[in-house]
Amino acid sequence: MQRLLSGNEAIARAAWEAGAVVGAGYPGTPSTEILEVFAPSPDVYAEWSPNEKVALDVAIGAAIAGRRAFATMKHVGLNVAADSFWSVAMTGIEAGLVIVSADDPSLHSSQNEQDNRLFARWARVPCLDPADSQDAHDLMVVAFDISEAFDTPVLLRPTTRVCHTSSPVEVGEIRRTRPVPDSYVRNPAKYDMAPANARARRPVIEARVEALAAYAETFPFNRVEMRGTSLGIITTGVAYQYAREVFPDASTLKLGMVYPLPRGLIADFAAAVDTLVVLEELDPFVEDQVRLMGIELYEPPTPPTYPHTKSIFPVIGELDPSSVRAAAIAAGLLPASTITAVPDAAPAQPDPLVALSSAGMPGAAASEPARKPLPVLAVAPRPPVLCPGCPHRSSFYILHKLGVTVNGDIGCYTLGMAKPLEALHTAGCMGASIAVAHGGVQAGDPGRHVAVIGDSTFFHSGIPALLNVLYNRSNVVTIIMDNRITGMTGHQENPGTGQTLQRQQTVEVDIERIVRAIGFPDDRVVTIPSYDVKALEKQLKSWLKADGPAVLITKQECALLPTAKATYEPLAVTDACNGCTICFRIGCPAILQSDALDERTQRPLALIDQQLCTGCEICAHVCPRDAILFREQVAAHV
Amino acid sequence: MSEPTLAEAPVPRTPPTHLPRLDVVLVGVGGQGTILASNVLAELGIRAGYDVKKAEVHGMSQRGGSVVSHVRWGTQVFSPIIPPGGADILVAFEKMEAARYAALLAPGGSVLINDHSIEPITVITGGAHYPEDAAIESAFGGSGQRLVWVHGARVANDLGNRSVANVVLLGALSTLLGLPVHDWTAVLDRLVKASYRDLNHQAFAAGRAELLAGPASGSLNP
Repeated sequence: MQRLLSGNEAIARAAWEAGAVVGAGYPGTPSTEILEVFAPSPDVYAEWSPNEKVALDVAIGAAIAGRRAFATMKHVGLNVAADSFWSVAMTGIEAGLVIVSADDPSLHSSQNEQDNRLFARWARVPCLDPADSQDAHDLMVVAFDISEAFDTPVLLRPTTRVCHTSSPVEVGEIRRTRPVPDSYVRNPAKYDMAPANARARRPVIEARVEALAAYAETFPFNRVEMRGTSLGIITTGVAYQYAREVFPDASTLKLGMVYPLPRGLIADFAAAVDTLVVLEELDPFVEDQVRLMGIELYEPPTPPTYPHTKSIFPVIGELDPSSVRAAAIAAGLLPASTITAVPDAAPAQPDPLVALSSAGMPGAAASEPARKPLPVLAVAPRPPVLCPGCPHRSSFYILHKLGVTVNGDIGCYTLGMAKPLEALHTAGCMGASIAVAHGGVQAGDPGRHVAVIGDSTFFHSGIPALLNVLYNRSNVVTIIMDNRITGMTGHQENPGTGQTLQRQQTVEVDIERIVRAIGFPDDRVVTIPSYDVKALEKQLKSWLKADGPAVLITKQECALLPTAKATYEPLAVTDACNGCTICFRIGCPAILQSDALDERTQRPLALIDQQLCTGCEICAHVCPRDAILFREQVAAHV
Repeated sequence: MSEPTLAEAPVPRTPPTHLPRLDVVLVGVGGQGTILASNVLAELGIRAGYDVKKAEVHGMSQRGGSVVSHVRWGTQVFSPIIPPGGADILVAFEKMEAARYAALLAPGGSVLINDHSIEPITVITGGAHYPEDAAIESAFGGSGQRLVWVHGARVANDLGNRSVANVVLLGALSTLLGLPVHDWTAVLDRLVKASYRDLNHQAFAAGRAELLAGPASGSLNP
């Protein structure tokens, strides 16, 4: 039966159909929904692990125990899990193991744009690259079979566009199960990677990738579609869709497996067409390998010069039909006149609205195209911001005011870098804040460094770095912003929330107790409610005045959690407001500049949007004229 | 062994011949229901027998950022992304967002704009200017484009729930597509909570009525 599924939903469904019994991961856009959809499936175990390395080790453990398993993460998650990835590439498994690592071309929600297909070639692991939801489903199912047939982990590498595009999928109706072993395998030569054993495994890995390359020749998802013979396109992933849309008459070799490549199939395809190009997103991963095979590709008028090797299509960012078309024109593959999709050209396809104008469209029916040039409208940017009621806002307001150096981390609180809070100096990757601050201090930077990290990121990779601050004696002040949830990726459970991915009650890890256990003295660890601006400021000031490390835990649940929403009580501004604008500096979307101006200063008075305000009172705390009423005052006022 | 729960769509029928393909871009601000509206449109396309792709970007857009969703219907849809100048219809749940994505609208295309503004932080903190309605209108009107204001926010407010403005816009959109109202409400019923069913029906009907009654005041018809 056909269902409309996103790529992520299709992958989750396929994992279940393939008989995967364990799924582990760490949330990360665009991969997060895979485990969320998989977790409620019958007869499966699924978990949010504290980080991607743990998740992959969990999946490896299951696969060595003879059960099909998979791990999910975003592209940068595989950096965290790289050690485990390499390890299992060496050992192989007892039952199918798939690593789903979702790339994010154009950095829609990421700090870099790495192409994880390179990981596959690096570690000699087969890599599958889906083009849509059906592909994602089918490749996920077959990935487990490849894994077992070749005793290898398999990398499934969707991209944001595939993960978050929905299209009809023909799903399987039966779940496959495989027999489980009677006992845990003991095979030290294969699973104990002491150097002597690992050395013996090295040739096995090379032989395996040779066997996989031979298999790739007949792999059904490496598919030649012959149309015309003048242009042939080797393509993979979502780029296949753009190839079909922009070059409808070209023949395509659609690669479902991008590592290792089918040399014979590619050579035959090359021989069957006059001109051969590679169309792929991000790095010239396939293109470079095709050149290494000695197969001739179309040479554009201005070929790339080393170190660049991608010849025609952009190496940066997500492709789309427009960019593919423009690059093809620039390379001489398409005549310039084929730009038909720009606004001022006549529509090439039948205009549906012509047929629809009889259906009650107000106004004129499709009229003659009036080719007036449109004025360029400067539209105000709408960047993501900390939400109204966000418990992180108060700390950033104070840090900005104190003017200290702030080393940030990955999460909603990365938004503390934006105007008007502008508090962060760095935000690199998961767990980096504390050690980057420590490094600055130990290098002799004279200013005080404050590290800012969220609860989930602290569990992910912040704990070793905090241990290091104390052990190696720096004076970093760390703020752990505990909003009781993994926020940015859309509210996932973590070790501090008291609940698992599969909705089981569990231990609620106490961050303050972890910090004390590391060895921070009693007077250097404090937990303060996040909205209490004055208490936070007082504590930070006292610690920054004296020397030595300290940890401030700000604690308040994310304002978007259902339990928080139930307590919203919007605040109000009284006529004591004189337009001093200080409340605008906390960057709350619920505080608007009203049309009314203060008579004396001629500055706009503050106005609180009653629909957006949660009543967190941060603005009331910072108002120097007490013109913003606290909740109790609002209640009394009414 | 029971199956995991996933959205179920009916088996496609033959696509209606009067509308060979349709490209719709839906834009708004995080929290306005842009994604739900695009889900409705995508499922409707499947129900009507089309191949469908629905592409959206979430992640950071949830934090009050700009949200855009592309829905494509056709006999066979390849690219999930609608290129500039390719959208037959642009549905904007927030009026400045209409202007931001104006370049996506095709010549002769229609834009439905919810008469509702949400000031971005760049305006609140003083640096940027929120465009006047006339400026937003001026982003359209080339090559026979049509612009219609829809009072989605006001109608939703009158119904007592601001969050159904997206369904008011869907009601307005339904007047452009010529599919039976029953198909729309069937999909809506499947995608919204049962307790909100009546409210959504009212919002949908109000959106339809607004467009069928004629252009809203301030509509542009160059």
